[in-house]
Amino acid sequence: MLENRSGVFFIAGLFFFALAFVSQAVVPILMYRDQPELTAEQLVNPNVRFQFEDLAKRFPEPFKAAFGEVPANPGPEREEWLNKRAAEALRVGRKAYTGEACWHCHSQFVRPVSNEDRRFGPVSEAWEYQNELQRPVMFGTRRVGPDLSREGGRRSNDWHAAHLFQPNALISGSPMPSYKWYFDGSPDKPNKKGLSLILYLQWLGSWLESYPYYEDYKASPLRLPEAKSAAPAAAPAAGEGE
Amino acid sequence: MRTEPTSTAEIPRHDELVDERLVRWYLISAALYLAVAMTGGFLMGFQLIRYNPFSGIELLSPGRWRMVHTNGVAYGFIASAFLGMLHWVVPRLTLRPVADKRLSYFIFFAWQVVVLGTVVGLLMGEAQGLEWGETPVWIDPLAQAGLGLVAINFMAPIRHLKGPMYVTLWYFTAAFIWTFLTYAMGNFIPQYFVNGTSAGAVGGLFIHDLVGLFVTPLGWGMMYYFVPIMLKKPIWSHGLSLVGFWGLAFFYPLTGIHHFLYTPIPMFLQYGAVLSTIAVEMVVTTVVVNFFATIKGSLSALKDNMPIRWFYTGMVFYFLTCLQCAFQTTLTFQALIHFSDWVVGHAHMVMYGVFSQWLIGVTVYLLPRIWRTEWYSRRMLEWHYWLSVVGITIMAFDLIVLGLFQGYMWASLAPWSDVIAFSIPWWAIRMIAGTLMFASHLLFMTHMLLTWMKAIAERKAEAAGSAAVAQTA
Repeated sequence: MLENRSGVFFIAGLFFFALAFVSQAVVPILMYRDQPELTAEQLVNPNVRFQFEDLAKRFPEPFKAAFGEVPANPGPEREEWLNKRAAEALRVGRKAYTGEACWHCHSQFVRPVSNEDRRFGPVSEAWEYQNELQRPVMFGTRRVGPDLSREGGRRSNDWHAAHLFQPNALISGSPMPSYKWYFDGSPDKPNKKGLSLILYLQWLGSWLESYPYYEDYKASPLRLPEAKSAAPAAAPAAGEGE
Repeated sequence: MRTEPTSTAEIPRHDELVDERLVRWYLISAALYLAVAMTGGFLMGFQLIRYNPFSGIELLSPGRWRMVHTNGVAYGFIASAFLGMLHWVVPRLTLRPVADKRLSYFIFFAWQVVVLGTVVGLLMGEAQGLEWGETPVWIDPLAQAGLGLVAINFMAPIRHLKGPMYVTLWYFTAAFIWTFLTYAMGNFIPQYFVNGTSAGAVGGLFIHDLVGLFVTPLGWGMMYYFVPIMLKKPIWSHGLSLVGFWGLAFFYPLTGIHHFLYTPIPMFLQYGAVLSTIAVEMVVTTVVVNFFATIKGSLSALKDNMPIRWFYTGMVFYFLTCLQCAFQTTLTFQALIHFSDWVVGHAHMVMYGVFSQWLIGVTVYLLPRIWRTEWYSRRMLEWHYWLSVVGITIMAFDLIVLGLFQGYMWASLAPWSDVIAFSIPWWAIRMIAGTLMFASHLLFMTHMLLTWMKAIAERKAEAAGSAAVAQTA
């Protein structure tokens, strides 16, 4: 049995594989089956809507070219129009995020170790991932740049546009590539994919109470001669707000 | 074996069993794909040291080429080289040809479509959000069908075997079905059936099963075939082979979630994955011991026999990499080194230090036999070997140590840009190591070309010689 064809085929090939699949994949699937998958439309919350309308104000011409004219009169029609376009933008943005392999350098989960909740924000929980934009899930396995799962709202749309256009213009020494093809020549002219990518980034973490989460660098309780490590880190993040 | 052949006359001739042209095509296309994949690694490496001559060009975006790098290695280089090797080994070991020659050629061309489609799709920004499965969703069904046909084609000769099979065939049989199932699980379930945290668990299984259930069993099966042939003696212990195979078959599939420790995936599953990973290390040790006990007494082969040297170098790296894995999978280590370059160093040590070295060794062994000649230059073989081994040693050491520093800096809440600034010199060393590896491969491809030309010249001289003999007669 251990050395013949059917033993290897059925026991090692099929049975052991099935055993692993059941214990490692089917178990979590069953555990989380009560958490329904949200669609992009359901993910458009007031925070995302704020950012979307902000994009329309800051980049009026590119926004019009990408998504059309925002209805002028307040009312349910305008609401519906904006929500629909924002959901579309989230989908397009997620596709750009995957296509550029952003997630191979920026993870999307905060661990309960290594002081990550101080640096990035609240530790990730399962329900946060039960949605269409996490299909397949964007956990990521490598951080060249910081985690982005609490990135939304930390920085302005202008900042994101300029940063995507030329990262080292804002963060000196950044090894991030520039993504000029999401713009028509200059950072104030993002194209549809560019606008969508910015909205996707602003969406990350927008579902949390703590949105927008700013890095929390408390001075070390150890009395150092001069608290060098704490001060410079807090400054750029805090200055970047609204 | 089929039935004990009573005389040599009953054994089919090599030509009837092996389609040498196909083996050659696979091995050469594998070498070309490795060159493409290494170019991708190069572009990303240049970006990290902040020197990107192609900045702002969409089709040369380092992020996209990073995916060409990993997928090119997995599906271009490793899969092609394995297919070439299988077309040689399986028929010779079972004494039967593959199911159908036309099917073999169909698979060859279909696989080229899969690999080239993947490269084009990734460069166009069509990647699927699944690590190592970034093949665009519209390629997945073709790749899946191709893997099914591969299994059918090679299982045909194995199907006729009765009674106990040789170790190699245990690994191959299991690998055919595992690869098919793994690909299906990883590419379709998180895309179409489940999402979120459960999809993360499936994704972890996929990343690891691709290494553990596709590359590893084909690799070890290959070692069990070639090493005894080259050393002209049997494997040291059959019992250890059994332990190695069944241990791998049981524990390896259970390890996937160790890629996502401290995620929202339930903690008891994470503990299970950690324990299985440590168990895999024990199993691996038995296999490595078996092979080192086999070469005991024939150590001079390491000096004289180039393929054996490649194989055993790979095994040393295999042991190191699995030892490293047994530590890095623990929650203590994970807290520190996860997300850092430690993992990148580990991945390069496995995929380049082990499996690429083995496949290069097989290429070095097979090509001269197919071309019926010797390698053009022994010195070039030596340079190829040393550049490659020195390169990967530097790269793995550099990245693993850097990972430790990165982990401590992150935990200490140092500003992110400080960690980047600290990493850049290390990334520069990695570029130098990568250059050595790339140079070794370009040298190898040049050597292949020279040897091929030499083979053609020899054929011509032979033909001329026999024509001259015919004329005088």
